[in-house]
Amino acid sequence: MSLSITQDARERIIHDAIQTFPDECCGFLYGTETGDDRLILEVQAVGNSKDGDKRRRFEIKALDYLRAERYAEANNLLLLGVYHSHPDHPSVPSEHDRIAAQPYFSYVIVSILAGKYNTLQSWRLNDASQFEEETISRSQFSN
Amino acid sequence: MATVIIPTPLRKFTGQKTKLEAEGSSVKEAIEDLALNFPDLKKHLIDDNGRLRTFVNIFVGDDDIRDLQNESTTLKDGSVISIIPAIAGGSH
Repeated sequence: MSLSITQDARERIIHDAIQTFPDECCGFLYGTETGDDRLILEVQAVGNSKDGDKRRRFEIKALDYLRAERYAEANNLLLLGVYHSHPDHPSVPSEHDRIAAQPYFSYVIVSILAGKYNTLQSWRLNDASQFEEETISRSQFSN
Repeated sequence: MATVIIPTPLRKFTGQKTKLEAEGSSVKEAIEDLALNFPDLKKHLIDDNGRLRTFVNIFVGDDDIRDLQNESTTLKDGSVISIIPAIAGGSH
C-alpha cells in the first residue's frame, strides 16, 4: 500500500495548507492505481465549507464532490482521495477524521506549525475501519 | 428505471461498477432496490432504522434531495441519482 505523488501535486497541497493557515484547507486527489499502489498526478483545492471552527474542522460541499467525480471521469483519472491540513497539530488522523472517513480513499494530511510546513502523511482505512499509514514516495514522473 | 452513479469509495461494493440501474418511483424505493441487489453496499447507505445515513447525500440530477422532497422525491424514467459521501474531518 503505497502512494506516489508528483512534486507539483505535493507542492500545491503544501501551498494551499500554508495559505489557508490558521484554518484547515481541503481538496481532492486524482491519479491512477495499480493494485494497491497509487500515483497522485493532480490535486484540486476546494473551499472549506464548514460552518463554525475552520481551524479544527473541514467539510466539502456535496456539489463540489459531485463535480470532482465528474472531473475524474471526464479526464480519465480516478478520484483517489482527499487532502486536508492540521494547523498546529500533527499529520495524524484524529478520531473525528476516522469516524467521517470513507473506505478506499487516501487521506493526505499536512501538518502546519506556526504557519510553516511541518510534515505530510497519507492514511487509508482498513477493513476494520482503522487508519493505516501509506508509504509516500515522490513520483519518478515528477514535474 | 433510474440510473444510480456510485461514488469511487463505494465501488468496491458494486464489483467496480460506476453506474447501476435501479427500479422505483421514489428515491427511497430506488435505494432500497439497490440495497437488495448489493447487500454489501446497504450498510453504507441505510442505518439500522432504515433511514439514509447522515454521512450520505443523495442528488437527483444537480439537486440535493433535501431541497426536493427528501427520500420521497419522485423519479422519472431516466432520472440520474448520485450517491455522494459526506467528506469531513478535523484535527482534534
